[in-house]
Amino acid sequence: MDGIIQFEKVHFKYPEDQRESLRDVSLTIREGSFTAVLGRNGSGKSTLAKHMNAILLPTEGRVLVAGIDTADAPRLLELRRQVGMVFQNPDNQIVANVVEDDVAFAPENLGLPPEEIRRRVDAALEQVGMLEYRLHAPHLLSGGQKQRVAIAGVIAMEPRIIVLDEPTAMLDPQGRREVLSTVLRLRREKGMTVVLVTHHMDECIPADRLLVLSEGRIAADGTPEEIFSQDALLRDLGLDLPETARLLRDLRQAGLELPGGALDLEGCAQAVAAVLN
Amino acid sequence: MLKDITLGQFFPGDTIVHRLDPRTKILLVLLYIVALFLAVGWLGYGLSVLALVGGMALSKITPRNLFKGLKPLIFIISLTAAINLFYTGGTPILPGWIVTWEGIDRALKMVLRIVLLVTGTFLLTYTTSPMALTDGLELLMKPLKKVRFPVHEMTIMMSMALRFIPTLIEETDRIISAQRARGADFETGGLIRRAKALLPILVPLIVSAFNRAYDLATAMESRCYHGGEGRTRMKQLKLKRVDFAALALGAAYMTAAVLLRNYGI
Repeated sequence: MDGIIQFEKVHFKYPEDQRESLRDVSLTIREGSFTAVLGRNGSGKSTLAKHMNAILLPTEGRVLVAGIDTADAPRLLELRRQVGMVFQNPDNQIVANVVEDDVAFAPENLGLPPEEIRRRVDAALEQVGMLEYRLHAPHLLSGGQKQRVAIAGVIAMEPRIIVLDEPTAMLDPQGRREVLSTVLRLRREKGMTVVLVTHHMDECIPADRLLVLSEGRIAADGTPEEIFSQDALLRDLGLDLPETARLLRDLRQAGLELPGGALDLEGCAQAVAAVLN
Repeated sequence: MLKDITLGQFFPGDTIVHRLDPRTKILLVLLYIVALFLAVGWLGYGLSVLALVGGMALSKITPRNLFKGLKPLIFIISLTAAINLFYTGGTPILPGWIVTWEGIDRALKMVLRIVLLVTGTFLLTYTTSPMALTDGLELLMKPLKKVRFPVHEMTIMMSMALRFIPTLIEETDRIISAQRARGADFETGGLIRRAKALLPILVPLIVSAFNRAYDLATAMESRCYHGGEGRTRMKQLKLKRVDFAALALGAAYMTAAVLLRNYGI
């Protein structure tokens, strides 16, 4: 049991709340994996994410990230440079009036030499496909572009983990696609550990592990295929199936024999085509 | 309706003025302001006009853009003119009139002083990006750290404020539309009524600004922000030959301003 992120019996309660937001959460996330965290509003999924870079500290239990206890204050910077955190509202996480100055913010905070900052800024913008916009004003970009700048802003720290807290909640479908494909590419090309918090079912499909949170507890934990095949469980948690899974389920109920497993658009299309032929 | 706010506006360009180090530009503007307040006679004012016109020509900022920024100040300018015109003693222009020759002279000078002051500082903000401006200020004020003045904190607050001006303007526009859709009326009624109508705009704006500030602080901390200690900059400011030339010119200008004042012209 040696993961890059480790939660050990974590409880958390906001001071102004009666109820705990996280109750006895234990989990291990492997390095290089893509974990999606799904849950309704108030399920504690954002709270969970905020424990991963010590924005919140557990009231009970402990969280280890890259071997560092998040409560270890002297090592806070060392911890945070390994965990890039992207938030919901792109406007509220961009700090500069020019795209490249914004991306430079984190490496500047780390006290890196100017040439190294320049290299990282260009590399990060290249990776999110925003290099040509590097001299633009962020407030004139589209939502998806802003969010990609925000992602560039955290990968300029060259973190091992990237945690995205509902990064697509305020975006239009086009922006959502841009952000998701950027995230997938980072994982593929840089081998980054990805944690994606979301309430969109279909965004969980490419993940290799899906955690479902409900009332501060882990209600389900498995591959997306496993979880989306458990109709009753999802209904209890108040979650819908992704469209592809719903189609496959309906076809199966209608008596077609479909191969199980695949949930992405491609796999779903192939499964249906195989039966039709 | 809020689109024409020029505060903190920056016209990108590639002129010699744009390329000057922000520190040089800040110092030159300070010299310009001091010289302006030293001016007593028309020759002194002429020197300042010359400096402004020179800067304007070199930076290729059109007079139209420069004077557009004066619009919100028309009231203050007219008031200053009126007070100086009517309340300066001396020789009346016609026997029995309240307006004196001295009054006209002073009113013109005061108006010129305000116009030159404002347009001169606009020349700085128009040709310097907000980021460069705050960087320049931070470096110039560095010595104040010795007396525990929070230089870094002040400049980062300034750059955040400038960063959020467009975002908050957008938000205000949205709130206004939303309140209008609910039947709010911002255009009719007396002054008090109109001031009261602003309340349903200000309250949501302030609430949302606080939420944004909270989010922003979290995002900054997540990106390892921990104050000015040990922070480096990607864009290093470096004084070039043109900066020294500009500063020498500024010194000469200052000397001329002091001399003109001594002779009272």
